[in-house]
Amino acid sequence: MNNKSKITAAFSGKKCFAAYLMAGDPSLAKTREYIAALAEGGADIIEIGIPFSDPIAEGEVIQAANLRAKDSGATLDAIFALTADVSREVAAPLVLMGYLNPVFRYGYERFFKRCAECAVSGVIIPDLPFEESAELRPFADEHGVDLITLVAPTSAERIAKAVRDSRGYVYLVSSMGVTGARSEITTDLKPLVAEIRRNTDTPVAVGFGIHSPEQAAKMRALADGVIVGSAIVDIIARGGGSAAAELTRYVRSMTAETQYN
Amino acid sequence: MSNKKGRFGGFGGQYVPETLMQALYDLEAAYESSKADAAFQSELNALLNGYAGRPSPLYFAANLTRELGGARVYLKREDMNHTGSHKINNVLGQALLAKRMGKTRIIAETGAGQHGVAAATAAALLGLECEVYMGEEDTRRQALNVYRMRLLGAKVNAVTSGTKTLKDAVNEAMREWSNSVATTHYCLGSVMGPHPFPTIVRDYQAVISREAREQILAAEGRLPSAVVACVGGGSNAIGMFWHFIGDGGVRLIGCEAAGRGVDTGEHAATIARGEVGIFHGMKSYFVQDEHGQIAPVYSISAGLDYPGIGPEHARLHETGRAEYVPVTDAEAVDTFSFLSRAEGIIPAIESAHAVAYARKLVPGMSADEAVIICLSGRGDKDVAAIARHTGEELYE
Repeated sequence: MNNKSKITAAFSGKKCFAAYLMAGDPSLAKTREYIAALAEGGADIIEIGIPFSDPIAEGEVIQAANLRAKDSGATLDAIFALTADVSREVAAPLVLMGYLNPVFRYGYERFFKRCAECAVSGVIIPDLPFEESAELRPFADEHGVDLITLVAPTSAERIAKAVRDSRGYVYLVSSMGVTGARSEITTDLKPLVAEIRRNTDTPVAVGFGIHSPEQAAKMRALADGVIVGSAIVDIIARGGGSAAAELTRYVRSMTAETQYN
Repeated sequence: MSNKKGRFGGFGGQYVPETLMQALYDLEAAYESSKADAAFQSELNALLNGYAGRPSPLYFAANLTRELGGARVYLKREDMNHTGSHKINNVLGQALLAKRMGKTRIIAETGAGQHGVAAATAAALLGLECEVYMGEEDTRRQALNVYRMRLLGAKVNAVTSGTKTLKDAVNEAMREWSNSVATTHYCLGSVMGPHPFPTIVRDYQAVISREAREQILAAEGRLPSAVVACVGGGSNAIGMFWHFIGDGGVRLIGCEAAGRGVDTGEHAATIARGEVGIFHGMKSYFVQDEHGQIAPVYSISAGLDYPGIGPEHARLHETGRAEYVPVTDAEAVDTFSFLSRAEGIIPAIESAHAVAYARKLVPGMSADEAVIICLSGRGDKDVAAIARHTGEELYE
C-alpha cells in the first residue's frame, strides 16, 4: 500500500494511541481545549465525534455525549471550523467519526472537500459497511481523505474484501455489541489481525471496550494501535468544563504503559 | 421491484455496522433457501391457516357503504387474525427462519405492542426465547400489550433513551442484536431496516393482497378502484398493495399519521414532511432537520409513531404508483368510534387512520366502484387510551 497519508505516517515506526472525544461536549470551545489536552498526554491520533440523534453503535456513555453535543451547536460547519483551528495547535492527525445521515445530508462531495480544507485526515462512519462505501469512496479519494474501514469479530471471510481498499488504519472492533468499557476483551483477536495483515499493509488499531493501561498494553502488543473512546468521554462527562488535566493524565497513563511493550 | 442488493430504485441498502453484516447475509441465504423448501413452506402455511386463522375475511361493510354514499366498501379483516393484527403473518415466517438458522432466541422492537405480542406468541409456540424492546412512553400508552407479552413468556425492556418511542426501540434492538447475533435473530416487524428485511417482511405480508385480490374478484367480479392502508414503517400497506401493483387501475393509498397536523411539527408524516436520508439500515424518507438529525415525531398511534418509512414505499412514492396522504389524530379518533358504531368493529387506532381517509375518499366515488380498506388490527388495546384522550379516566 503506497498510502502516504498523514495518518499512515503517524504509524511509521511506532504504535499509535488514538483518543476519541465528542465535538461539542460540553461545548465546542471545551472540545478545542480537550483535544490539546489529549495531544499533550501523548495521543497520536484524535478522533472527533460528530453528534447524531440516534447513535446505534454506541453504549450509554457515548449515547449520552451525542445527545449533550447535538444541542450545543456542533453542526458539521462548526466542527470543520474547529478542526481548522485545532490543526494549528496540534500536530496529531484529526479523524472525524460520525453516522452517515448527517454526512449524506451535508453532501458527500462537499463533506470531503471541507475535510481536506479543514485538516481532517480521515473519516470513520460506523453505519457504512464496505458494500455501501462505493457511494462515498470516490469523493474521499479525490480529496485525499482516508475513509477508514471497520472490521468486527463477525467479519470472518469478509475481511479480505473489506480491507482491500483500506486507508489510514483498519479499525478492528474488539468485541460484539456497542461501545463502552468492558472488564475483559474476550474475542480472540490474533487470527483477525493476522487475516487483516494477510490482505493489507494498512496498520490495524483496536477499539471498543478498552479503558485500562493493562488492556491497552495487551492490545498494543497484538496490533499497531489502540483506540479509546468511552473512557475519555466519561472523564469529560464527570469533569464537565474542567476535565483537561485529568485527560492529559489519563492519556499519559495509557500511552506510558503501551511504550513498555 | 428489488434487485440483488436489496434496492428499490435508489432506496434500501444495508447501512449497518460491520458487526451485523454477516448476519444479514446469513438471513438472506436462509430465506432464499426456505422459499424453495416445500417442507418449510407447508409448515408455514399450516401455521398461517391452522394457528393464525387465515385466510382473513374480506368483509363487505354494508352500513359503511350506505353511510358514506359512494363506492362499495370492503374491509380486509386482518384484525381477525390470532393476536389481533397483520403482524402475525410476518412473525410466523421469521420465527421459522430463526429456527432454520439454529437461533434459539428472537428479539423484536414494538411500537403499539402488536408486533411484540405477535413475536412473543410465535416464540411461545415454537419454543424460542423472546425479548421485546418498547419505548417507555409506549409501555404506558399500551400497558395491556406489555402485560400480554409477559404472559406469553417474553421479557419486555422499556427503552428510556431518546424520545422513548418506536425509533428508540429499534435503536436498542439493533444494539442488542450486535451483541447477541450468534444466538439471536432480530425479528424486525416492518418493511424497513437493512436488506433483506424489507423484502422478507413484504413477502410474508403479501398474503394480505394475494387473498384480497381473489376475494374481491369473487365478490365483485372486478378489481377495486382503490386500496387503502395505514403506514408507519409500512408492512400492512405493502402487504395490501403488493398483488395490486401490477393492476394499473387500482389506486394504492397509504395513510400517514399527521398527529396534530403536518404543519404543527407534531406528526409522523414521513412522505408529507420527510426528506431522503439514511437511517436504521436503509436509504428512504425520514423526518429530520437540515443537519440530518432524526426529528422527534408524534402520533396518538404508537404503531405509526415512526420517523421513517420502508424503502419500497419510498420507491412507490417516487414513481407515483402509490399515493401517501396525512390523517390527523382527531380524524382517527373520530373514526375509532364511527366504525365501532357503524359496523360493530372496533379498529386499531392505526387502522382507523386508513378508515378515516376512506371516509373522505368514498363519497366522491360512484356506486359501481369498490374500495378495500386494510383493517390491519383490532382496537381492544386502544380502548383505554382513547377513553383517556376523550376525557374519561379509564384504566385497564
